[in-house]
Amino acid sequence: MIAASGEPLVRWYWIGDHGSQIWGYTQTHMRVALLPVLFGLVISLPIGILCSRFNKAYPAVLATANTIYAIPSLALFMIFVQYTGLNESTVMIPLTLYSLSVLIPNVVDGLASVSDPVRQAATAMGFGPLRRLLQVELPIAVPIVIAGVRIAAVSSISLVAVGELIGQGGLGYYIVNGNQINFPTEIIVATVLIVLLALLTDTILVILQRLLTPWARARGRTA
Amino acid sequence: MNNFFNQVQAVADWLSSSAQWHGEDGIPHRLLQHLAYSGISLFFAALIGLSLGLLIGHTGRGGFLVVSLANFARAIPTLGLVVLIFNQVGLVLTPVVIALTALAVPPILLNTFEGLRGVDPDARDAARGMGMTGWAVLWKVEVPIALPLILLGLRTAAVQVVATATIAAYVGFGGLGRYIVDGLARNDYDLVIGGSAVLVVVAIVVQLVFTALRRFIVSPGILGQARRS
Repeated sequence: MIAASGEPLVRWYWIGDHGSQIWGYTQTHMRVALLPVLFGLVISLPIGILCSRFNKAYPAVLATANTIYAIPSLALFMIFVQYTGLNESTVMIPLTLYSLSVLIPNVVDGLASVSDPVRQAATAMGFGPLRRLLQVELPIAVPIVIAGVRIAAVSSISLVAVGELIGQGGLGYYIVNGNQINFPTEIIVATVLIVLLALLTDTILVILQRLLTPWARARGRTA
Repeated sequence: MNNFFNQVQAVADWLSSSAQWHGEDGIPHRLLQHLAYSGISLFFAALIGLSLGLLIGHTGRGGFLVVSLANFARAIPTLGLVVLIFNQVGLVLTPVVIALTALAVPPILLNTFEGLRGVDPDARDAARGMGMTGWAVLWKVEVPIALPLILLGLRTAAVQVVATATIAAYVGFGGLGRYIVDGLARNDYDLVIGGSAVLVVVAIVVQLVFTALRRFIVSPGILGQARRS
């Protein structure tokens, strides 16, 4: 048993003493976790739009994204260290790649959820393909795309901690350090904070979706 | 690009050294350990995820609870969970299995639930009209129709578990993560990159096995339908 002898699970004073340090790691953590989701979305939108236009290419794109997703994060971090060095991008590039496997299918499914009559109505109103995409199809796809963003963001926030094994893990620092100095407070604070940050982000995205799709609420009221 | 070829060379050298293929620290032994941790965890996760998913999907009750629980479980950092339980109970395999099971339950549970919920109510009614009991409807109608999604859930879970079993090495266990953790500790980059390469291959093979499984055990009628829609 390596269990901490007599060391309580949480020493509350430690949290008070380290407030600003914890806040610093929290900021890093969120930056390293969420920027990749943003980059992933920027990459997935054009790829998803192209895939929904050229259906034949979609299975191959999806298989590639799924295969990348299968690669263990730690292994991918290690492979990237050679090229990017020991810095945040070594963690952010793999996280960006992982997000594609959730985001691309959701962009494609979101665009597929636009019904034909809606498309035809837009065309009949004189919308060109680009304007129809931007003003009709993408807004209708928003709920499904955001559902993907939620999954990507939550997984990304909990994955960042693994980056600590190459010294770039945001709050993961406390998990590794707490283990090394046998101080469970740090491990618990980091783990609980990561869960809370993930759930908070998830809630914010749900609110964002409501704000972006006011018609969904309007429909609910009249129905 | 030079870096890339150096990496490939390092991996090739590492793989071809005979020390890599024998004994405690050889690839076959580490691979078996890795698959054992993953297999045990996936077994428990399937037991929990499938039975709960089938129950809730069939009865149609408690869906909201399941989805929220699965979302919550996804938010838990596996590294934190493993290290925390390890710190409290010491070097036994339980923390690793618990953490990996917690990781694998959500995709299995969610997909099983979604798969069953997505079954066309007409098909369900027809089965009832033919005189099938609830049990028969579940096994002869709902499960076969939901099978593609159920298998997708199992595949996602398996891929994540195999990838994350790497963390077992961090708290002192074996498995393929040993190479990465030991390599990092000794500043032996060839060991790190060789271990990573093996891990990548194993993860991709697991992915392919489950993709192939789908082709063999899902009814062709259902696969055809999925392709058309």
